[in-house]
Amino acid sequence: MIGITSYGAYVPIYRLSRKDIGFMWGKGAGSGERSVANADEDSLTMGVEATLDCLRGMDRSIVDGLYFATVSPPYIEKQSASIIRAAADLREDIPTMDISHSLRGFTCGLRAALDAVRAGSARNVMVVASDSRLAAPNSTFEADFGDGAAAVLIGDTNVIATIEGSYHLSSEFIDVWRKPGDRYMQVWEDRFIREEGYLKILPQAVKGLYKKLNLDPRAITRAAFYGPDARTHAAMARAMKLDPKTQVQEPMFGVLGNTGTALAPMILVAALEQAKPGDTILLATYGDGADAYLLKVTEAIAGIQGKRRGIKKHLDSKLMLPNYGKYVQIRDLMEWEKGTIPSRRSSLPVIWRDRELVWKLYGQKCKSCGNIQLPKHRVCMYCRAKDNFEPIRISDKTGTLFTYSMDERAQEIVLPKVFSVVDLDGGGRFYSVMTDRDTAKIHVGMKVEMTFRIQLEGSELHNYFWRVRPIRC
Amino acid sequence: MESIKDKVAIVGMGCTAFGEHWDKDAVDLIVEACYEAFEDAGVSQKDIQAAWLGYVNSDIAMTGIILAGALQLDYIPVTHVENACGTGAEAVRGAAMALAAKAYDLVIAVGFEKMKDAGFGGIPQAFPGKWHPVYGAAPEIGGGVGRYALAATKYFATYGLTPEEGKLMLAKVSVKSHENGARNPKAALRNRITVEQVLNAPIIAWPLGLFDCCGINDGASAAVMCRTEDARHFRPNGDYITIKASGIVCGPGWGKERPDYDFVHWEETERCAKQVYEMAGIKNPRKELNVIEVHDCFSIAEVIAVESLGLCPKGGAKKDIDAGAWEQNGEMPVNISGGLKAFGHPAGASGGREIYEFYKQFQHKVEEPSRQLKGDIKLGLAHNQGGHPGNFVCGITIVGEPPAGK
Repeated sequence: MIGITSYGAYVPIYRLSRKDIGFMWGKGAGSGERSVANADEDSLTMGVEATLDCLRGMDRSIVDGLYFATVSPPYIEKQSASIIRAAADLREDIPTMDISHSLRGFTCGLRAALDAVRAGSARNVMVVASDSRLAAPNSTFEADFGDGAAAVLIGDTNVIATIEGSYHLSSEFIDVWRKPGDRYMQVWEDRFIREEGYLKILPQAVKGLYKKLNLDPRAITRAAFYGPDARTHAAMARAMKLDPKTQVQEPMFGVLGNTGTALAPMILVAALEQAKPGDTILLATYGDGADAYLLKVTEAIAGIQGKRRGIKKHLDSKLMLPNYGKYVQIRDLMEWEKGTIPSRRSSLPVIWRDRELVWKLYGQKCKSCGNIQLPKHRVCMYCRAKDNFEPIRISDKTGTLFTYSMDERAQEIVLPKVFSVVDLDGGGRFYSVMTDRDTAKIHVGMKVEMTFRIQLEGSELHNYFWRVRPIRC
Repeated sequence: MESIKDKVAIVGMGCTAFGEHWDKDAVDLIVEACYEAFEDAGVSQKDIQAAWLGYVNSDIAMTGIILAGALQLDYIPVTHVENACGTGAEAVRGAAMALAAKAYDLVIAVGFEKMKDAGFGGIPQAFPGKWHPVYGAAPEIGGGVGRYALAATKYFATYGLTPEEGKLMLAKVSVKSHENGARNPKAALRNRITVEQVLNAPIIAWPLGLFDCCGINDGASAAVMCRTEDARHFRPNGDYITIKASGIVCGPGWGKERPDYDFVHWEETERCAKQVYEMAGIKNPRKELNVIEVHDCFSIAEVIAVESLGLCPKGGAKKDIDAGAWEQNGEMPVNISGGLKAFGHPAGASGGREIYEFYKQFQHKVEEPSRQLKGDIKLGLAHNQGGHPGNFVCGITIVGEPPAGK
């Protein structure tokens, strides 16, 4: 029996009201809100969040592979999956792969993961989807899009949803595209894409699945599938002979937005959060064709439900961006005044030397006196024992804010920069920066947790490191 | 181990005005401070046998050559020292040790900094380990204000002050410093300010606002030094000062990573104070020290420095400040010069500048008579520190009247 053994998801804390987008451009931009990745987030960091949510409370060493699907990778040349693998502290002797160029990437990864487990080359494979697609200002996409990530673990033990079958459709159909160097995606006339793309291609794949599995659509408990917006999504459901009211998992356009590659898997996670054993779930992705999967929920779902932040808890935990300008700022949509502060530099040999710290946030515990310390030292700063340490993972620790300051002139996109001294639960102290915070609510003694973020750009690199944030939910 | 007490004398001093010297470069500042010191001591550069030169910013100069070139020194040793904001104290200490060792008879200790060519209001230089993605660049780990503000937040929390009460306490410190600086012709900031102005100023790094921060600027200071037994040769009427103690402490630097560091005391200052009080034979610093210059790069720095020097009980600063104890006519004048806050802070020059203040006070030669301390002034303590809370180098110099009969 092969299928999903765990799930996780991530929604960035910031939301932008579509009213504010409409006000900015003097037009209607729809209702509700969309999620917006913070200035220190990208598809990679959100992928780390979803991966760690999926592995919450689990032994991370069981993961035999990690596939990362996105159309908004931080690097065009340089794999993201290997960085996610490191940040999530997974074994390094596992295959990692980025799947890009198509919004259908998640199910491409899913297929590869299922095949690997079926063939016995891996027992547990993580499939992660994440997107933070930049929409052109004043475009339809700007209001429609959202940022987010989802992850599923594929394996053959403690399966919470078995894979009953799949149908794949590859298509040369072109609707949305982006050439190297293009900042924003380009799109053909919406009528053409709707009529020939969304309403035909994905339904065609789903109907292929019905036929292949000899399935009556009425047997589907919940359908989790991609759509570009609420209206088209509902029309696609009807084209698949599904009742939008009873059979379709709510696609979250009003509270999240279209999260690209991550949308269908995020809807799937939302469906799994509410599923009952025996439920039949349809998963379908779209992009350069369509993939359709049928899943059956097992009794084991009870072991995961409620133990992940997933979709609902992340959606409930939010900060509203005060205005459109803040969105422009954190998504870097303008050319800015050049600062006079000397720009920072970064060094790849230093990052490589300190990789246990930079990517994985490992500190060390002195084997002589037991004190936890980071960054690493050669000589214990408590008992002066030399080179007598064992590594200890800090990234999954929580802590208490010992003191903080809020710097209004630091190099940081969202000021103030909140410098934070955190006493870690279980010992040790971490000097860090606090993100995803409401400055009015910061106080000495508050609880915080670790989150993998972009520190600052330097030497033309994305410099990732761990920050702290108020415990999210 | 012998104490340096009274072995070395300062017989001539110079100090430029501190400020934004758009029209002067490092050489101009060095020449001004050194020629004032030479004239004061009645010597010329030909008499100087060795020099110690302190500055921090390596974007402006490297090595000791800049001093040799500026003064046309005659192929003598010039030692470049750097210990962040403790650099000035380090230059004086190096010179004093060489004199005590009788390696030379007449030396000069110079400190300078040219900071305003950088186009940036903070400390212009990138920090040590600047290639490190995390612990390197100052913007990442916090500049001075962000780091000292951590101590202010914790000070308020530790001693039960609301942010309003805490900020009011700090405001009074800055008002006092400006009151002193306003009457100091060489000070960079010569304006009086009010508590309301301080409290309403823009926040730089919460809880510290604009007036909680000192200015970064340009300046130089210099001291001509010899062994005490030779001092009357230069100052026959005995109006020189002697070094009572000189100490430097480099902390191991990971206070901010250790949960047992409280952020409300400066460990390096406490350790250095212990050294210098022992050297100088000081038992009760509050009673024995007549005048104190502490490193007040930020208002909270003055508060915690005074406490860590053992001049008032931990958490007792507010009581002192409310009573006006640190003001000119108070029990224990602190930063009578205006301090880093108002006099200014060209990093490498500050240590010598603090001693310059004492030198003039002891000689009763303070330029503006209203700032001249009354009565018998015997001992002054000059404190500097570089780095950040939990990660300091501290330098303290105690100077005073020569011993009787010298």
